[in-house]
Amino acid sequence: MIKKPLLEIRSLTTHFLTEDGVVRAVEDVSFDIFPGEIVSLVGESGCGKSVTGLSILKLIPSPPGQIVNGEVFFEGRNLLALEEREMERVRGNEISMIFQEPMTSLNPVFTIGNQIMEAIELHQKIDKKEARQRAIEMLDRVRIPSPEVRIDSYPHQLSGGMRQRAMIAMALSCQPRLLIADEPTTALDVTIQAQVLRLLKEIQREMGMAVILITHDLGVVAEIADRVAVMYAGRIVESGPIESIFGQMRHPYTRGLLESIPQLEEKKKRLNAIPGQVPNPTDLPAGCKFHPRCSLRIDECQKGEPPLFQVQGNHYSRCLRWKECC
Amino acid sequence: MVQNNYLLHVEHLKKYFYREKLFSSDKEPIRAVNDITFSIRRGETLGLVGESGCGKTTAGKSILRLIEPTSGRIFFNGINILDLNREGLRKLRPRMQFIFQDPYESLNPRMKVGEIVGEGLEVHRLARGKEKDDRVAEILGKVGLHPRDAMRYPHEFSGGQRQRIGIARAISLHPELIVADEPVSALDVSIQAQILNLLMDLRDQLGLTYLFISHDLRIVKHISDRIAVMYLGKMAEMANGEDLFRRPLHPYTQILLQAIPKLDPSGRGQKAPIREELSPDSGDRGCLFQPRCPHAKERCRTEGPLLLDHGEDHFVACHFVS
Repeated sequence: MIKKPLLEIRSLTTHFLTEDGVVRAVEDVSFDIFPGEIVSLVGESGCGKSVTGLSILKLIPSPPGQIVNGEVFFEGRNLLALEEREMERVRGNEISMIFQEPMTSLNPVFTIGNQIMEAIELHQKIDKKEARQRAIEMLDRVRIPSPEVRIDSYPHQLSGGMRQRAMIAMALSCQPRLLIADEPTTALDVTIQAQVLRLLKEIQREMGMAVILITHDLGVVAEIADRVAVMYAGRIVESGPIESIFGQMRHPYTRGLLESIPQLEEKKKRLNAIPGQVPNPTDLPAGCKFHPRCSLRIDECQKGEPPLFQVQGNHYSRCLRWKECC
Repeated sequence: MVQNNYLLHVEHLKKYFYREKLFSSDKEPIRAVNDITFSIRRGETLGLVGESGCGKTTAGKSILRLIEPTSGRIFFNGINILDLNREGLRKLRPRMQFIFQDPYESLNPRMKVGEIVGEGLEVHRLARGKEKDDRVAEILGKVGLHPRDAMRYPHEFSGGQRQRIGIARAISLHPELIVADEPVSALDVSIQAQILNLLMDLRDQLGLTYLFISHDLRIVKHISDRIAVMYLGKMAEMANGEDLFRRPLHPYTQILLQAIPKLDPSGRGQKAPIREELSPDSGDRGCLFQPRCPHAKERCRTEGPLLLDHGEDHFVACHFVS
């Protein structure tokens, strides 16, 4: 039986018109998310991973941003063709999003209970009392101790980890089919990060929800993702199942990212750092966007943008020399 | 214990902050650094790790007297720098330098890179004019920048390049000790690796001694000879880096090491449960980690553990070291 994707992204292209020129933040990005799976978008700052997440929900500030091409099918409906009023019914209800810093996404003058109840009341026809009960249940579900007391706390009264839990409770209060989590644990301490990741995975399993996990941290990816798409300069350069990617990386950028991280098992030596820096988004190199930093580059790399080559199954690489790589 | 092979020896360092509260007589201080003792040998790198609020940055700044410690003794080359007056401290400054976390906020945007890097040379009357410019060019070369970059402003550089400027400023006066406070945390992974390589190369070339402060255990393990783990202002454990990772003895270190995400999806395993975080307990009795500790016993609630040597220079502050 072939499962149908929950979300199909086709040739998504998002640009920003700035004084310095056109920033091609996302260029021809396509991928699918199936129900109940965790797909990670991974890359460094400016690679377009967050803009991809925001584009799915049409949260790109316009101007200067503009989705110039592509389709995003959610259960068969093209979200990019929806009216704003219809889109409001999707956001927070069928697709939810959480962000890196919960303090900036929670309203400081309302209690967390108020904010969770607002999300519930907005999308579901239930009264205040029921909404409050649901909010307490959600706080309990994200393991906030004494939820019936904490519901009346203001965000500043909670620790960073608790705030991120409250954010997750709010995002999940309408039982979305898809959660977009943008660097959900980046601002947290490592022990708290481990707790929040485990919580996300548990709830995702219980609810059968799909998750797009946006992160810069390959460790987080290895910890909970099922599939991964590596982005560089607005493009997906490698994608595939987690075991396949970590088992045999087939793009020099993915390999470079992994080798930049110190290994715990090895004795210390120089890190295999990627030379140079990310190209200026208004002035990207011709051909493969990674070629100026790549140790495998050949003349052909500058000529045209390489297509995605099939490595095996649904493991793809955008490198002419993927066979020799790594 | 003040021996010649120790460049830095810190004894009973404390830094308390007092809350200014209107209409309240809350005299309980925040004990950001609460009696820590450690030494760094010449040419050694000591990694100082801990989670946010554990006091690691405050400790680093206190050691260089960028903020005034509440009490304690800090011997640098055998001299207690807390006994020094302004002039004495000023003379010592070139030999101990600080690298800041945020390369965006620690560089004056109105100064050219050449002025930023050359400022110390001028202030300490080490070089001026053409000689200063030559020295600046040489230093920029050492950190992987171009001599031409001296004429540019910080905003023209990326984060990684700016951190190189910060490092150039720190090494411009031939320091012996560098306190680096999360020097790569604000940078992307691929740039982190470049800067870590640079810091390690400079250490070898210039014979530097580092106090390397970070929350990232992978990075600390990579660069450090020895590692000290802080928890709520106290030292929990201190040992040789390899030894600490092979046999962490303090329950907090064990939890911390377990929480590091593995880079191998096949190794996804069950992890020991971690108790919920609790707000810092400002009381002085008992072990500060006890509320989160899976092995806490009655004694832990009443008596604070001392940092004791458990063999091979492996120090642990726990009553029940297994």
